[in-house]
Amino acid sequence: MEYRKKETTYVVSQEELSKGIYDLRLQTPAAAYAKPGQFVGLYPPSDAHLLMRPISICESDSVKSELRMVYRIAGEGTRLLSTLKKGDAVSMLSLLGNGFPVSAAAGKKVAVMGGGIGIPPMLYTAKQLKNVAAETEIYLGYRDGDTFLSDEFEGYGTVNRVTEDGSVGYAGNVLDAVSERGFIPEIIFACGPMPMLRAIKNYAEKINATAYISLEERMACGVGACLGCVAKTVKKDAHSHVNNTRICTEGPVFDAKEVEI
Amino acid sequence: MDTTVSIAGVEFKNPVMTASGTFGSGMEYCDFVDIEKLGAIVTKGVANVPWPGNPTPRVTETPSGMLNAIGLQNPGIDVFIERDLAFLKQYDVPVIVNVCGKSVEDYLDVVERLSDTNVAMLEINVSCPNVKEGAIAFGQKKEALFDITKRIKAVAKQPVIMKLSPNVTDITEMAKAAEAAGADAISLINTITGMKIDINRRKFVLANKTGGLSGPAIRPVAVRMVYQCANAVSIPIIGMGGIASAEDALEFIMAGATAVSVGAYNFINPYAVTEIIDGLEQYLKRNGTETVRELIGCVK
Repeated sequence: MEYRKKETTYVVSQEELSKGIYDLRLQTPAAAYAKPGQFVGLYPPSDAHLLMRPISICESDSVKSELRMVYRIAGEGTRLLSTLKKGDAVSMLSLLGNGFPVSAAAGKKVAVMGGGIGIPPMLYTAKQLKNVAAETEIYLGYRDGDTFLSDEFEGYGTVNRVTEDGSVGYAGNVLDAVSERGFIPEIIFACGPMPMLRAIKNYAEKINATAYISLEERMACGVGACLGCVAKTVKKDAHSHVNNTRICTEGPVFDAKEVEI
Repeated sequence: MDTTVSIAGVEFKNPVMTASGTFGSGMEYCDFVDIEKLGAIVTKGVANVPWPGNPTPRVTETPSGMLNAIGLQNPGIDVFIERDLAFLKQYDVPVIVNVCGKSVEDYLDVVERLSDTNVAMLEINVSCPNVKEGAIAFGQKKEALFDITKRIKAVAKQPVIMKLSPNVTDITEMAKAAEAAGADAISLINTITGMKIDINRRKFVLANKTGGLSGPAIRPVAVRMVYQCANAVSIPIIGMGGIASAEDALEFIMAGATAVSVGAYNFINPYAVTEIIDGLEQYLKRNGTETVRELIGCVK
């Protein structure tokens, strides 16, 4: 069943997980329907900042009806969201996007890759893959030793921390770590900055693996009406037939072979 | 209590419509609103052939509003008729198709293709600020607007609404040109051309550099222009620009609009359009006003 509405949700808790990175839990029945890789639109508490902020789902607890979002302050809208306290009301548009096709990993060797603020949605994804994949290796790329969320991935696969400055775990980027370990995945699930996703797309083509990557773009409506957030596609897109597909609706997760990034 | 209005012989159960480009063809919002409750659906602009639109980023937020430079991405008239109009056929709601083009011939092509469909009206987009050729070029010179209006009127089977741009020195000149050329109605305002700069990257936020400003930020400009046009022409006006509530819609009606369209606010509150219809009814009830029609242009 699809869950599609704008509703008032309430803050269960919010804490600063790391410098400028916030961990927000909201009370909402959407939790029972959320799939890994989907996102929500959170409206900043302000009359001047009207558009929703698209934020990926980090975890979903259907028993407690709680959605967890881990996001970085990127501007005034997210700064306003970071001021929300327990019990505060926040408007949310959900559930948005397609999510990762977890079942495609059945019985396969899987690499879960996250980079920076692209790591949070990979936690929920890794959790769901646990009983599906034959083998899961998790690669988490950070700039420095501030490896937020990485401990929470333990138990869902082999966790490999990778830092650009080499201060923790492997030095370099997630693909450097993959090659250093000699792991050859059959399927990849990834979210992170565009250069990382481009490299993963090329890598997957080279080793003949399937890579599902989660894209982001500035968006307005979140439901496929405004055509603000599009990605270039190899084939004609379903909506406009012009090789520009809607990230909010046909994505944000795409088979890397199908998008030109 | 009577919320009905009519424009060029087309009856609307209430004066609240969706603004072009903010509601698709209804498919994306039918989970949120009862489509049949709407006064009319005004569809996303459609051209004779598919248009890919502009590079991204295409949208960005601004104080109480947003800039967009989508560039009229659309699937072209063939897919539109086959898919979008077929979808809308299942609903008892008047459909107004927004038509765009790069040349007069492009517009005429679309208008002719729609002639044997059950579309109620045509809205001619001569005011999109985000495409390089055509579009706004027809809406910023009164001679060009007169000419395209006349040529469209000569072939159109449905009543024609000319959608006007606020990016002109005197919008009443444009309204008069449209009326003189035989337009059945005018709609205003399209977006106001704007710009936003990212000072950290030292770049334009939008790939197109400029975009169209919409949302509550532009509302006072839109109300003023509706008022000016209502005093300049006698054809009906569909008013739009930052409408977020029934109170906002009433401002436009009192300024002289026969109907109103809800645009950017659909993105902020997907239930906005039906909440505005409910709010209008409550206003009429509360004030003992019998028909919404008696409010049209009541502020002189």
